[in-house]
Amino acid sequence: MDPKIDVRTESSSMPSSIRTKEGDQWNSKPVSYKMYSKSAQIRLVSSHPEVYEPCDDSFALVDALLADRTNLLEHHPSLCMEVGCGSGYVITSLAIMLGQEVAGVHYIATDINPHAVQVTSETLKAHGVHAEVISTDIASGLERRLSGIVDVMVVNPPYVPTPEDEVGRDGITSAWAGGENGRRVIDRILPIADKLLSDRGWLYMVMLAANNPSQICLAMREKGYASRIIVQRSTEEESLHVVKFWRDSDIQVGAREPTTTSRTTSTTVMESLFSQFPRLAFWRNDNNSY
Amino acid sequence: MRLLTHNMLSCNIKGVTNGFPLRLEVEKFVEKEVDFSAEFLRNIFPKIEWKALVDASRSMGYSQLPDEADSSMLDSDDFLKKFHHALLELHLEEGVLICPETGRRFPVNKGIPNMLLHEDEVFVFDGVNLVLNYHLNSTW
Repeated sequence: MDPKIDVRTESSSMPSSIRTKEGDQWNSKPVSYKMYSKSAQIRLVSSHPEVYEPCDDSFALVDALLADRTNLLEHHPSLCMEVGCGSGYVITSLAIMLGQEVAGVHYIATDINPHAVQVTSETLKAHGVHAEVISTDIASGLERRLSGIVDVMVVNPPYVPTPEDEVGRDGITSAWAGGENGRRVIDRILPIADKLLSDRGWLYMVMLAANNPSQICLAMREKGYASRIIVQRSTEEESLHVVKFWRDSDIQVGAREPTTTSRTTSTTVMESLFSQFPRLAFWRNDNNSY
Repeated sequence: MRLLTHNMLSCNIKGVTNGFPLRLEVEKFVEKEVDFSAEFLRNIFPKIEWKALVDASRSMGYSQLPDEADSSMLDSDDFLKKFHHALLELHLEEGVLICPETGRRFPVNKGIPNMLLHEDEVFVFDGVNLVLNYHLNSTW
């Protein structure tokens, strides 16, 4: 006998009880808060053998966003983006907690794994929320036009230190393989995030202690970003950080100050190399310690 | 895929300079009602390539958008409604996005555009070939 459940949407005031009908009998049960979650529900998240299921890192990222929810709502973002959406758990949660079109917020999600974009699509639909989903490598194809207009970016990157040849493999490996120090994909994502983020753009990224978060934060500082650890979770094996980055005008003034250096041949060679390969230039030290 | 997304996509093959906008080949589209937000429309308007939006919406059978638009029109409810409809309510479910420069076809399936490139379309820095080319042709 299927019980008929009277379910209301999250935005309305919470009822104190829910009536369910079993057979001919209507029963009243007290409501538990969990039924009206501000994030995606695991039971509604779709899955596929080649797609990364929500795990500690996904929950940490969503918890960080929930912890910062008031700030996010006051910030009034227009465009929010997830790079590496996997199962869709995070982008769905973000859409639930910040609201949709009526609130003026739009969502984009990308993943390099073609199964993941499909699963994300299903997860979004199961929760009744919408995001534009695109099958691509980080933001390839979007970089030119989205430049400087993404207000919130969330990333749970492949951060696990692995052999280099595991990076960029097809299927579920792409969800975790991060190469040396787990930094290969993170280091590709950061300059792209810098390009896409608006002046008031915020980036939330998951990283391990093994990825050397302080080095990442320092490099981001030289690009004019302040940073803060919002969530930190440690187990015996690994230490997860969720770091928030935002453009800080005080820091940006500092970064623009000219550095006096003596120019050597090696310096000019490096300059020319960096100008041809913007990805390398992102990591360039302004104090010339190559 | 909404036309907002289409307006943000360009061909990502390395070396392509004229990869926007992608031409639309429509096999199946749907109209989905989306909540209206004047604030969002006013925010996004300066970033929209208007002609690309007009052409794209026409390929989905919607020809209500004016050929040209400027920000003064954002005061008009009528204009905002048409802008909203074209930008957010026309969904390409099945079709192809075509690069105007190379003709490369990017499929759209179940509303999801596939911008994944094949190995030979992605730039690979090959230092050996670069030097070899210099010796052979005296150019980089």
